[in-house]
Amino acid sequence: MTPPTPSAAAPLEVTDDSIVASPPPSTHKGSESRSPGRLAWTRFKRDRTGVISAYIVIFFFVVAIAAPLIAKLYGKDPYTTYASQRPDLLNAFSYPAGPNGGMSSEFWFGIEPQLGRDVFTFLLYAIRNSLGIAVAASLLTMFFGIVIGVTAGYLGGKTDYLVGRVIDILLSFPSTLFFIAFMPVVYSFFVADDDNIPTGLRAASLIIVLSFFGWATIARLLRGQVLGLRVREFVEAAKVTGASPRRIVFKELLPNLWTPIIIQFTLLLPAYVTAEAGLSFLGVGMIDPTPDWGVMIARGAQFYTEDFTFMLFPGLSMVIFVLAFNLLGDSVRDALDPKSKR
Amino acid sequence: MSNATPLLDVSGLTKHFPIKGGFPIRRTVGAVQAVDGLDFQVAEGESLGLVGESGCGKSTTGRLITRLLEPTAGTISYRGEDITHAGRRQLAPIRSEIQMIFQDPYASLNPRQTVGKIVSGPMEINDINPAGGRENRVRELLEIVGLNPEHYNRFPHEFSGGQRQRIGVARALALEPKLIVADEPVSALDVSIQAQVVNLLQKVQQELGIAFVFIAHDLAVVRHFSQRVAVMYLGKIVEIADRDDLYGNPRHPYTRALLSAVPEATVDDDGPVRERIRLVGDVPSPISPPSGCRFRTRCWKATDKCANEAPPLVQVEGNKPGHLTACHYPETEALIPARLSKNPGAAA
Repeated sequence: MTPPTPSAAAPLEVTDDSIVASPPPSTHKGSESRSPGRLAWTRFKRDRTGVISAYIVIFFFVVAIAAPLIAKLYGKDPYTTYASQRPDLLNAFSYPAGPNGGMSSEFWFGIEPQLGRDVFTFLLYAIRNSLGIAVAASLLTMFFGIVIGVTAGYLGGKTDYLVGRVIDILLSFPSTLFFIAFMPVVYSFFVADDDNIPTGLRAASLIIVLSFFGWATIARLLRGQVLGLRVREFVEAAKVTGASPRRIVFKELLPNLWTPIIIQFTLLLPAYVTAEAGLSFLGVGMIDPTPDWGVMIARGAQFYTEDFTFMLFPGLSMVIFVLAFNLLGDSVRDALDPKSKR
Repeated sequence: MSNATPLLDVSGLTKHFPIKGGFPIRRTVGAVQAVDGLDFQVAEGESLGLVGESGCGKSTTGRLITRLLEPTAGTISYRGEDITHAGRRQLAPIRSEIQMIFQDPYASLNPRQTVGKIVSGPMEINDINPAGGRENRVRELLEIVGLNPEHYNRFPHEFSGGQRQRIGVARALALEPKLIVADEPVSALDVSIQAQVVNLLQKVQQELGIAFVFIAHDLAVVRHFSQRVAVMYLGKIVEIADRDDLYGNPRHPYTRALLSAVPEATVDDDGPVRERIRLVGDVPSPISPPSGCRFRTRCWKATDKCANEAPPLVQVEGNKPGHLTACHYPETEALIPARLSKNPGAAA
């Protein structure tokens, strides 16, 4: 549940060792260029694990985005308790009557025990919600990490010292414990104790809490990068020509930071997916009936001795997604920073 | 020297880097006296060489002139205008006239920008729109520095060290500067490439009439390139003179020792055997430099006077005008100039 370690001590150098492997430079004419990004892309395309993982990840995102469309074509929704209309779907013990958790041509992934909701659409929306929260939290984390890290690194001095101590404190928190402890605190800011907590607020709180504890690692990493970059001669060259601090940050420093930023993002997002699911599983994140990976697994855990199928789909899909995304992150790092290859 | 207003006038230039220490409250506990009271002028179109061993403050001087560092004391004026503590906006009009070439061609070019962007960057920043467009101007500049204009869209990693340094020169030329501070522009390059780049810089200097502050530790390169040479030791200028004067008639013991360390290239030597002066000991720490003359700890002529009194940088007896030496006991005999005068081709 902790954010990923900055394993990618991120690369500054653009290496062109692929030039050796790729067709000799004479094949590209004088005007043609091989930007560092293009070189990385060429390297990435050669990495089969990375490409397959990318397809899997893209598949999940397409499913998440198109969930309402798929559900419409499929003709069901995740909230209707189909068993209440058709009691024959569940047996006397409220478990799916059909074999394999009630899987059939009508209910592709079976039906849920007790309430009798459709597992397929529930999973679609669970992926949609979980990914949405994780993506939003990752973007917010990266945003604050970048802004704070670059500022501290570029300004240095007292600002850097202060930010550094705040980061130290944040990183020394046991984050899992604080997630659980802080969620009710965040809720109490917005709603009275006995009121119902709206789903949107739950999602927002999750995003806020995850990013509040997440930005520190990113900021620390980027601060170090900027410290190294800002004394480089090309930054001095820009200063000598009269570049504004704004231009130096955006035109000289940031382009050199994209590599660690992308790598961190690809490691952070799957970590947030599992963290979000974990919190929901523990009951401090999203709650039933909101479709969510964690909620589904939590419900599945109640029945898995009797109906294993219900637990299988959310569990398996999450494992596949997180594994693919992590492999993708590794491949992206290898492509952007070939020196780090094992 | 006789110009009314020199292009660049530096007087009493001082830079002390504070040393922080102490716990829990960090405070300044000392200072590295990197540059301590420099006086020199650079005339229009002139090339001043700045030589000295590592850590004597050459590069710091270059960065002070280009205002990458804030001087601790002293003044820098450009065309009579004081720019010692000028802010970024105040400096803006002058920025385009003082440019810099850096030592490390691998660090001085942004790896994420194309050559075209690197060279046109200065024009963009200063909002200069040359006739025919920036891209044309960049192609022109690339041609001036001996690169293929077709390289416009390439990235720095596709070039060799010498080519990268040429890109650095093109960037410095983009703003049509009047003064270029070259901070060891060739010391990171292969010897064979060094000559090419130095000749390029010389061509630029002569054809475009750009003044140079040429920082180097290679005496031969400086001799080839500069009309006037200043020798630095531990943050101070110990001797400054016209090139031939300095190389032929060095008055400061340190200059003499430095020149004697240059290996001889000629074999059929008919002149007197040159004596190699061996300096003993290390350069003292710039954190607590010696009292009086800074060179006295390694000087074979040092007396009590040297310890008590810092020698001023003046025209000592027997010097040509403009030849200044900071020594109480300047060397007198000329340094076998016979061979030099016989074969001035190498120098000129």
